[in-house]
Amino acid sequence: MTLPFPILIIVVPLISAFLMIVIGWWRKSLCYPLMLAALAVSTFSSVAILIHVMAHGTLHYYLGGWDPPWGIEYVIDPLNGLVAVIVSGISFLIGISSKRLAEKDFPEKLVYFNCIFLLQVTGLLGIVVTGDVFNLYVFLEIASLAGYALIAIGEDGAPFASFNYMIYGTIGACFYLLSVGYLYVVTGSLNMADLSKILPDLYHSKVVLMAFAFFAVGVAIKMALFPLHVWLPDAYTYAPSSVSSLVAPLTTKVGAYVLIRIMYTVFTPEFALNTIPAGTILCWVAATAALFGCILALAQTDLKRMFSYVLIAEVGYIALGVGLGNRQALTGAILHILNDALMMASLFLIVGALSYKEWPRKIDAFRGLHRKMPLTMASFVITALSVIGLPPTCGFFSKWYLVLGAIEAKEWLFAAVLLLSSLLNAILFFRVIEKAYFEPVLDDPHEGKPKEMEIDEAPFTILIPLLLLTAGVLSAGLLSGKIVSGVIRFAIPATF
Amino acid sequence: MELIVGKYNYWMYILLMMIGFYAMIGKRNLVKKVVGMNIFQTSIILFFVSTAAKRGGTIPIVEHSSHGVQAFQYVNPLPHVLMLTAIVVMVSTFGVAMALILMIYRRYNTLEEDEILELRKQ
Repeated sequence: MTLPFPILIIVVPLISAFLMIVIGWWRKSLCYPLMLAALAVSTFSSVAILIHVMAHGTLHYYLGGWDPPWGIEYVIDPLNGLVAVIVSGISFLIGISSKRLAEKDFPEKLVYFNCIFLLQVTGLLGIVVTGDVFNLYVFLEIASLAGYALIAIGEDGAPFASFNYMIYGTIGACFYLLSVGYLYVVTGSLNMADLSKILPDLYHSKVVLMAFAFFAVGVAIKMALFPLHVWLPDAYTYAPSSVSSLVAPLTTKVGAYVLIRIMYTVFTPEFALNTIPAGTILCWVAATAALFGCILALAQTDLKRMFSYVLIAEVGYIALGVGLGNRQALTGAILHILNDALMMASLFLIVGALSYKEWPRKIDAFRGLHRKMPLTMASFVITALSVIGLPPTCGFFSKWYLVLGAIEAKEWLFAAVLLLSSLLNAILFFRVIEKAYFEPVLDDPHEGKPKEMEIDEAPFTILIPLLLLTAGVLSAGLLSGKIVSGVIRFAIPATF
Repeated sequence: MELIVGKYNYWMYILLMMIGFYAMIGKRNLVKKVVGMNIFQTSIILFFVSTAAKRGGTIPIVEHSSHGVQAFQYVNPLPHVLMLTAIVVMVSTFGVAMALILMIYRRYNTLEEDEILELRKQ
């Protein structure tokens, strides 16, 4: 018997998105509970599936009862089970916080915002659970279109940034579609498992090579890998904070998941690493991304834009792990998908909390912030330590595995790049921490004594998800041994 | 020669794709970019439909199910179906693009990329 959970993950948010419009006409106040309920069902189903998959092995769900390779199949193995839990869990937390943030930024558009928010989550989850390459394209476009719409709600530069994102995103998606077409021409199949059986006999074909090239470039655009990242900083800086805290952590991570999935399960690692030098190229590109992301972040004065560049560097780490292509590095890459999703959600939510209190986003204006918002700043410090990679937090462990992987592959240069970019991250974040904690508050010119600062935190619906995410950053670090030995060990493609 | 004439539909697909690609990257007017995007996407449809075509093939409707079906007599329906979905995606992308262009025009009163960047600097 097949469990209905794989389809519930997708269908519940999808149907709720369309119900949202109808219910919005009737009672606006019901929209927010409906969205949370849909996201909660999604989260619950994906956790249930992951537990089931860990106990009983890979789960298959045939849509409409059509057997693969003819029908569309949803396949959940430990890898995408884990990513589904990450995506649904984080979108649930961000969903909780979105109410206050959205009410403040655009009170009249709440119904449509909730609707598109759910469509975005549907798209991302669909990419993760599907076992069919064309179905993946459709979900990719659902997620992207929802993303363009959500980003365009934002402040002054947002529509233009969103338009640029759309041009790049469409090129990426079309390249992916072409790669699907090339694969279909030579194999006659769209099912991932079926493709992986047929393809090994065709690796000498130029068509397969082209398919791989189109796929790699298309996904690199979607996950904002370094030379193709140009759309990201503008789009995520100008997006409203309720949106950027959803799309920034998840879209790039789902892109990274697609990279791992197609490179190592549809194609074989043998092909991707040895027959063609894709792994080596990916490593070099990723190492450049990790360095340049940090260096460009140093040049920013706007906190949100700085985080966007940090995100580009983090994407570089994941791609480096994928490109190195050994067990340790891949463990690091998959662990970093989890860790980075938590860290980025937390960082962008902190920006949201600041902007809710109408605190300027300029780093220079952060003097004395720790007295005004002690809990927010405390979670900022913990997350920052994790991005830098200090031991009790989760960022350390994924970097540790990545460095081990680089050493195992005897790529000393990449190990050095990882350490150097951690160092740059330290400069980056301590600059902010120093401003917020150690620089004295400017004196009031009239009275000649320090200004009184009262605690003025963001409301609970923002603060609690933020604290939960921070707790996630800490506990993912403390439990990382368990996560690696219990889940990620099985999530690495079997051929390694 | 055979390579060019015999497979002219594939050459057309590459040509159209390059035109669209150039317009998306090279043109400075936002509407021209969107037009380029449409050409780009349409070229992919041409590619998919070309792969399905067969000389002398007919529409894939099986009239007499009693005989065995001869696959070479029928055009492959699957790429067409995929393209139906891709057309839906294309139309919705176009819709979102137009909505964004409207928003941009209302804000800046121009659709030239250079002028918008100039206005954004101030």
